[in-house]
Amino acid sequence: MRRPVTDRRRVIRDGVALGLAVGVFGLSFGALAVDAGLSVARTSVLSLAMFTGGSQLAYVGVLATGGSTAAAAVSAVLLGSRNAVYGVVVGPLLALPRRWRPVAAHLVIDETTAMTSAPRPVDPVRARRLARLAFLVTGLSVYVCWNVATLAGALAGRAVGDPDRFGLDAVGPAAFLALLWPRLRAPEPRTRLVALVGAVVGVLGALVLPAGLAVPVAALAVLAGGRPGAAAGHRDGGHRDGGADSDGGGGP
Amino acid sequence: MSWAAVGAVCLACYLLKLLGMSVPPSWVTGRPWLAGVSRRLPVALLAALVATGTVTSGVHLVLDARLAGLAAAVLLLAVRAPLILVVVTAAAVTAALRLLAPA
Repeated sequence: MRRPVTDRRRVIRDGVALGLAVGVFGLSFGALAVDAGLSVARTSVLSLAMFTGGSQLAYVGVLATGGSTAAAAVSAVLLGSRNAVYGVVVGPLLALPRRWRPVAAHLVIDETTAMTSAPRPVDPVRARRLARLAFLVTGLSVYVCWNVATLAGALAGRAVGDPDRFGLDAVGPAAFLALLWPRLRAPEPRTRLVALVGAVVGVLGALVLPAGLAVPVAALAVLAGGRPGAAAGHRDGGHRDGGADSDGGGGP
Repeated sequence: MSWAAVGAVCLACYLLKLLGMSVPPSWVTGRPWLAGVSRRLPVALLAALVATGTVTSGVHLVLDARLAGLAAAVLLLAVRAPLILVVVTAAAVTAALRLLAPA
């Protein structure tokens, strides 16, 4: 009879820990956003209403290089497209009544998908309950931590005079690199090639294209990998490796 | 940049999530390339963001202290350091280099 309690407690513990880990990304997002010229209010709204770390970071990343709002928005939406795939995975596992779908959808991100779709060798009824618990706990934990951290990062960023003096202009690239790192370890062989092409196209694009277009254009690098293979599930490298290499809260 | 623009992009991201939850699974499994592209997009975009943020400044190629900061980040990521350490060290190394060798 110990298993039900152990399962639930473990799910809650892991969910909360994941939230704390990705919340740290929120600090760098907040500082970055403010440094790119957004107000603290707008920064907070992004974390509250967009709630997808990768998209948010791309958004402010493009703005920081002088890109237009449109270019930033395109990058954010491109990066957010995988949440649609996540929704397809998570939907049947949660099997929520339709009226809850719009609310639950907001919490569909890398972390909640990973926790929800973790294999659970128990009976279907309990599996569903655990999946729902995982989704809820992880979702709320990441949401709270991410938003608190965003606000803290934004306020701290505001307080700093010259960002370059403190090396804050290295924070964005370092955070993006941390998001990218576990994906580079993925078994799919073309991933590193896609990254290399993306980097090269990005830099070349920055030099010749109008401000901010470089990053969305670099999306074409996905073609460098040739035909994408069949879906391999969501073992995107290292999700649970101590959380530090998870995609930033809301996932990105 | 208006609030309407911010609202619009947030709505777009939300709709993507809702779309996923509303689509029958067979629609996606019948298109395996979708998942593949969706997996690669963050890789391409993140790589572009890292590269442009490290070696460019506006429309110029600028090699400066950021390189050292990112090199430090790579080392720390290779030994699985926690994120906060990676980011703080990148900033610290960059700042230190600027302090010691103002260009």
